[in-house]
Amino acid sequence: MSSKNFAMALMDPPYESENLTTAFRILDALARRGHNINVFAYEGASGLAFVRQAAHPNPVHGKNQAEENHPTTKDQVAALLGLAEKNGGRVEWVNCGMCVDERGVGEFVPGTRRGSPADFHAFCEASDNVIVIPTK
Amino acid sequence: MTKYLLIESRDPFESNDVGYYYELARGLCEAKNQVTLLLVQNGVLAARRSAHVPVLRALASAGVEILADDFALKERGITQLADGIRSAPIDIVADHLEAGSKTLWH
Repeated sequence: MSSKNFAMALMDPPYESENLTTAFRILDALARRGHNINVFAYEGASGLAFVRQAAHPNPVHGKNQAEENHPTTKDQVAALLGLAEKNGGRVEWVNCGMCVDERGVGEFVPGTRRGSPADFHAFCEASDNVIVIPTK
Repeated sequence: MTKYLLIESRDPFESNDVGYYYELARGLCEAKNQVTLLLVQNGVLAARRSAHVPVLRALASAGVEILADDFALKERGITQLADGIRSAPIDIVADHLEAGSKTLWH
């Protein structure tokens, strides 16, 4: 199948909702197929690509940082960008500017950028299909 | 005929909204659309053979394709599914997006 364009809107913040696990699994499937993916990270999701996220140890479980192997969403975003590129596609990941300002998460992993809901409108206009995953 | 993929992430025993989503699936099907209901996350709890969710069986009888995310089933240790429901990989969402199905999330 030839490459297509898809748009996805996310709203859940990192480390709180299973929605993001499912969302990243869907994004992974699309990236493996070489599609072009446009993601608009809105509200809490604007923190997914925040570059200052840090892995940490878990002293309660007696694990150091390496043993804990804590996954960060910023690494998942970076991995998604790399996976899409490897398979001939690309990911345009836009973080809502007002949302990142409110939360102080305006430093992003490379390859993502600041934007606005107008970007999501443009994504929808240019996409073959759209999926919106709202908060509960 | 329009294709719809309805993704249900919620447990019907926890959220009364789920019933309305099942109703949406039924209505779309009765309007001669092709409807797939994909249960993900806690939504798969309704897919257990032991769960009492007669509306799901009615949906399957009405022609709605009902799938349950294999990852969510495995996470929850669910191995036996109710009649009319089958396990599917998350790639099914990519399949529907590629095919142009109208895809909704609840």
